[in-house]
Amino acid sequence: MKGLPPALITAIVLVAGFAACAMQFPNIASTRVVGNLLTDNAFLGIVATGMAFVIISGGIDLSVGSVIGFTTVFVALAIERWGVPPLVAFVAILVLSAAFGAAMGAVIHIFDLPPFIVTLAGMFLARGASFLLSTESVPITAPVYSTVSDFALRMPGGGRLTAIAIIMLVIVIGGALLLHLTRFGANVYALGGSRTTASLMGVAVGKMTIKIYMLSSLLAGIAGIVFSFYTSAGYSLSAVGVELDSIAAVVIGGTLLTGGQGSVIGTFLGVLIQGLIQTYINFDGTLSSWWTKIATGVLLFAFIALQQGLVALARRPVRKSAGATT
Amino acid sequence: MTALLPRRGLAQILALIVILAVDRVVSPQFFDLRLQDGRLFGSLIDVLNRGTPVALLSLGMVLVIATRGIDLSVGAVMAICGAIAASLADSHGLPVVLAAALGAGLVCGLWNGFLVAVLGMQPIVATLILMVAGRGIAQLITEGRIVTFSSPDLVWLGNGSVLGLPVPVVIALGMLILTGAVVRGSALGLLIEATGGNARASELAGVGTRAMILAVYVWCGVCAALAGVIAAADIMGADANNAGLWLELDAILAVVIGGTSLFGGRFSLVLAVLGALIIQTMNTGILLSGYPPEFNLLVKAVVVLAVLLLQSPKFSGFAGIAARLRRTKA
Repeated sequence: MKGLPPALITAIVLVAGFAACAMQFPNIASTRVVGNLLTDNAFLGIVATGMAFVIISGGIDLSVGSVIGFTTVFVALAIERWGVPPLVAFVAILVLSAAFGAAMGAVIHIFDLPPFIVTLAGMFLARGASFLLSTESVPITAPVYSTVSDFALRMPGGGRLTAIAIIMLVIVIGGALLLHLTRFGANVYALGGSRTTASLMGVAVGKMTIKIYMLSSLLAGIAGIVFSFYTSAGYSLSAVGVELDSIAAVVIGGTLLTGGQGSVIGTFLGVLIQGLIQTYINFDGTLSSWWTKIATGVLLFAFIALQQGLVALARRPVRKSAGATT
Repeated sequence: MTALLPRRGLAQILALIVILAVDRVVSPQFFDLRLQDGRLFGSLIDVLNRGTPVALLSLGMVLVIATRGIDLSVGAVMAICGAIAASLADSHGLPVVLAAALGAGLVCGLWNGFLVAVLGMQPIVATLILMVAGRGIAQLITEGRIVTFSSPDLVWLGNGSVLGLPVPVVIALGMLILTGAVVRGSALGLLIEATGGNARASELAGVGTRAMILAVYVWCGVCAALAGVIAAADIMGADANNAGLWLELDAILAVVIGGTSLFGGRFSLVLAVLGALIIQTMNTGILLSGYPPEFNLLVKAVVVLAVLLLQSPKFSGFAGIAARLRRTKA
């Protein structure tokens, strides 16, 4: 994959898209809109970061949306009905979601099952469990929630960088560092490249698989807490379909779904592109929200076709030179 | 293959019998059937009727999975075709409505098949595109509203009866026989399994793998279209947001319960449909038992896990797990 890295293409699309939107609606190019864009997509950015790890390692995690839903309900009930202090509730749900992810990773590794179907079962399980807890929306009135919601850094131009947007940015940066600078990150790439090769080179494949799914579920748990801050409520049907949005963000961000290549930053840009489409539709006012889905689908296709082309290009010279030597 | 069927299907048949028995305990009237206005009524008929969309989807899905693929877009295709059928129903005759809806399903399948077979995309990714965009397209057709219709022809398709059986059940049965006759009555089924077993080897052996892959996705699209039309006819309207929502997962689940390996290479149409019926029998049982329908998801999750573990090549009793754990720790 020489030449333009896919994440750079994503960045160009984002900048071009933003410029095009700003030309039509000059107000889009303000820190207010950008601040809102970050706040509205905070939970998606967090989940997508975890999804990037899973997909780069050659897997997929369909359970994240349900884990978010479960988290919001659990946190709301714990704080409002069971009288647990918010911080304790947060720690409990993070431990719970990490254990959930670890269990899925263990099942995938030990029984050698496709991640797709195992995390599908996880999706049913988490959503079903949140239905069991409560089927109605539980409002959260704890003082922490209003404090966090009110907290914001002022940006020049009147924009507000909210607490949940800051959490998201910290996690994205932390995720990028973890993926690109640590041995754990290198192992994630190695697993995605080839499981067998990675194992032969001394990567503890089982432990890595468990850790990667643990990370994804943990981030989904954090995203759930952020989502509960965003809506000040817990609802078992919240974040339905978020797994698709985050997979789309990862793919638009230039990560190969076959694994082995990709980046957290690209994923973050992918989230911003989806957010930008949504913002444009809001500004336009005449377009319905379902245009978001169509636009996302078209972008998905464009990026996957592009990757397919790049991969084909990267392979071609190798084949030719191999032919020349024989 | 057909000779092996009874032995292979034993677990599924037993599972269905057990669930039916549980349903009988939960609701003593479960097996009661009565004939009214020339149509059979009862919980069993209800199971068959409600299970039709997933059964139809699983007929297409099982062939796709046999080629080592997967089709995530069937729910969205259902929504698209249901929307088309509903918006044409009151102004056109049934043949036109059906042709338009099934044609749309065919085009959707062709698109998926083109991406997988010609562009060489991973099936999960290729069909994800239509899964995401498809609902948007469906809403484009219905203009974001829930389109209702009153055309008696289309309503009959969802609520009528033939020889005492609901029309959807008859259609599903017909599709099962048709699909079975085409793939098992010819070498097609074998070629599909060969493609899933090892696409490259099959290609070298002279199997038109691209044509096979294209064909199974097209068939899957047509089955989804039919399911979409029936679902729309059933509620006399098309809801682009909710029609077929999450049914792709049920269809995959039905195929997996039916013993078809997600790694391709073998399949059974009858067992896939049986899988769909098992799912529906569970759903109906939970409804009848008075538990909230939310339990469905939990029960489904447990069933998926159980079936997966039983199918896992690495699973051979607890000794297998223990040995495996010891190796991982080392």
